[in-house]
Amino acid sequence: MVELVARRLMVAVPTMLAVILAAFFLMRAAPGGPFDAERALPPEILLRVEQAYGLDLPVHQQLFAYLGDLVTGDFGPSLKYKDKSVADIIAEGLPTSLLIGSASIVLALGVGVGLGVWAALRQNRAQDYSVMGVALIGVCVPPLVMGPLLQLLFGVQLHWLPTGGLQRDRYAIQHLILPVVTLALPQIAVISRLMRAAMIDALRSNAIRTARAKGLPEAAVIVRHALPVALLPIVSYLGPAVAGVLTGSFVIERVFQLPGLGSQFVVGALQRDYTLVMGVVILYAALIIALNLAADLLYRVLDPRVRG
Amino acid sequence: MSVDAVGEAPPPQSVQPAAPPAPAGPAPAPRGRSLWDDARRRLRRNPAAMISLVVLGVLVAAALFGPAHWVHPVDTLYRDRVAIPPTLENAHWFGTDAQGRDLMARVLFGLGVSLLVGLVATAVALAIGVLWGAVAGYAGGVTDMVMMRVVDVLYTIPFIFFVILLMATFGSNIVLIFVAIGAVEWLTMARIVRGQAMALKRKEFIEAARASGASPLQIITRHIAPNVVGPVIIYATLNVPVVILAESFLSFLGLGVQEPLTSLGQLIATGAREMERAPWLLVIPALVMFATLLCLNFLGDGLRDALDPKDR
Repeated sequence: MVELVARRLMVAVPTMLAVILAAFFLMRAAPGGPFDAERALPPEILLRVEQAYGLDLPVHQQLFAYLGDLVTGDFGPSLKYKDKSVADIIAEGLPTSLLIGSASIVLALGVGVGLGVWAALRQNRAQDYSVMGVALIGVCVPPLVMGPLLQLLFGVQLHWLPTGGLQRDRYAIQHLILPVVTLALPQIAVISRLMRAAMIDALRSNAIRTARAKGLPEAAVIVRHALPVALLPIVSYLGPAVAGVLTGSFVIERVFQLPGLGSQFVVGALQRDYTLVMGVVILYAALIIALNLAADLLYRVLDPRVRG
Repeated sequence: MSVDAVGEAPPPQSVQPAAPPAPAGPAPAPRGRSLWDDARRRLRRNPAAMISLVVLGVLVAAALFGPAHWVHPVDTLYRDRVAIPPTLENAHWFGTDAQGRDLMARVLFGLGVSLLVGLVATAVALAIGVLWGAVAGYAGGVTDMVMMRVVDVLYTIPFIFFVILLMATFGSNIVLIFVAIGAVEWLTMARIVRGQAMALKRKEFIEAARASGASPLQIITRHIAPNVVGPVIIYATLNVPVVILAESFLSFLGLGVQEPLTSLGQLIATGAREMERAPWLLVIPALVMFATLLCLNFLGDGLRDALDPKDR
């Protein structure tokens, strides 16, 4: 186990370094600096500004300085919000994004697994086809379509739920329902399809035939013998699911005007706030790599066939 | 889905060169049913896939010929007819937008841009992925290990971030969108092709072909290529909607195609801002996008069932 963790870390750490390097050089290669949009500054002032942010140093010195700061959790100053550091901005936005993201994952897992099992137990019957049909629609209707449509239906037409206006630090459940559901839907679609296929496979296995032959009640066969095996593909899908939810949060936070990290990332990208964009990319990449690692290890713990 | 199981060719084909793509010259022996004949027959029996094919044909034709022949040009501003709902009057079937442009013309144009992005970016992904996977699969050994480890590492990185980063740093232009999205989507293709190449090079019918004196070129074109083409077509079809989604994602955030160009994603983003006043600006592009993606997915699933008899 320890050896396995070490081996996985040997992939994860270089991956993380590659992400940081790629982000760093991509941002440096950008035509036009972050101060271009403003009124043309006199050269001496521009020099002073660049000195203040360390942009006048040779590139490799900038890189090492940045790496050194990263280790201590310092993402540097934001280039656009003059009085804030990137860490401040992340601290402001991350709780909202994490709350919505984790709620979506939990919802997607619960509903997706439930629907998948239900469809598998009624394979090739009407219920199965309807669940899989809805799942296919879920795949074809991305959050950027579903979000505004749900807003239009439940917010503008029916007046059941607000269309946005969540305040930071004052979370109200009615503001969270639509964003969380919108974000979870595509994942529900994927998870229920995966779960259905895995469950059908599991139910065909010899272990299940044995369990039934022993005379176990059908409920015990499904819950104790089929379900644990069928859940394995879902565990390996957790990494991609988290990546999907984080990506979707960029759109959702814009649609529902949520004060999260995703909308700050997009604004930062449009305004060429190098340090902010890099900070968010690195943070999210670290999050996803760590969760992939965790899912991988969890898989090995759960599946005796690959334990070793 | 067991991709590796696809390479089940009709076994003694090497003796009777009834190469399906181009049956050149009269075949001396009675011609057996090829993989492609079978696939075509199976696809024709799949109503969802056939309907999707027809709908897609209509959509593609509309996107190709619509903008030039529709009564309203894309960029005409009707200042006296701003944001009117869908009506038969003046042939504004989909209504007009907040600037007084005909929505039908805009949707046709945007659909064309979305489809174009989907096709070109998929072509980019195919080119990189097939090359990478084929080299890794044929070479084997250390080369294979290193190349696939690179794919593994890239897989764990959320690449859409880098597409956003690219768009933010270099400003968005449509060529960059093609390249950026294509460069992100090649990983799965590389894995599929590598698996195929590895499996095929050990297959008996390849050995039989070699034993009966077929040249390497003949083996590749007659036996290996047709067997790799199947999964490649399936994946490419299923990749087009993924790319269309990625483009609409970027456009929605304001990082994709820019005015005066438009795409379905951008139309939806604009519609979302106007939905209280003019809901049709959101609903119509959303429905067109939904239909396009649904048909592409149905067609892809149908092709998989048709070309991959073992996977049903």
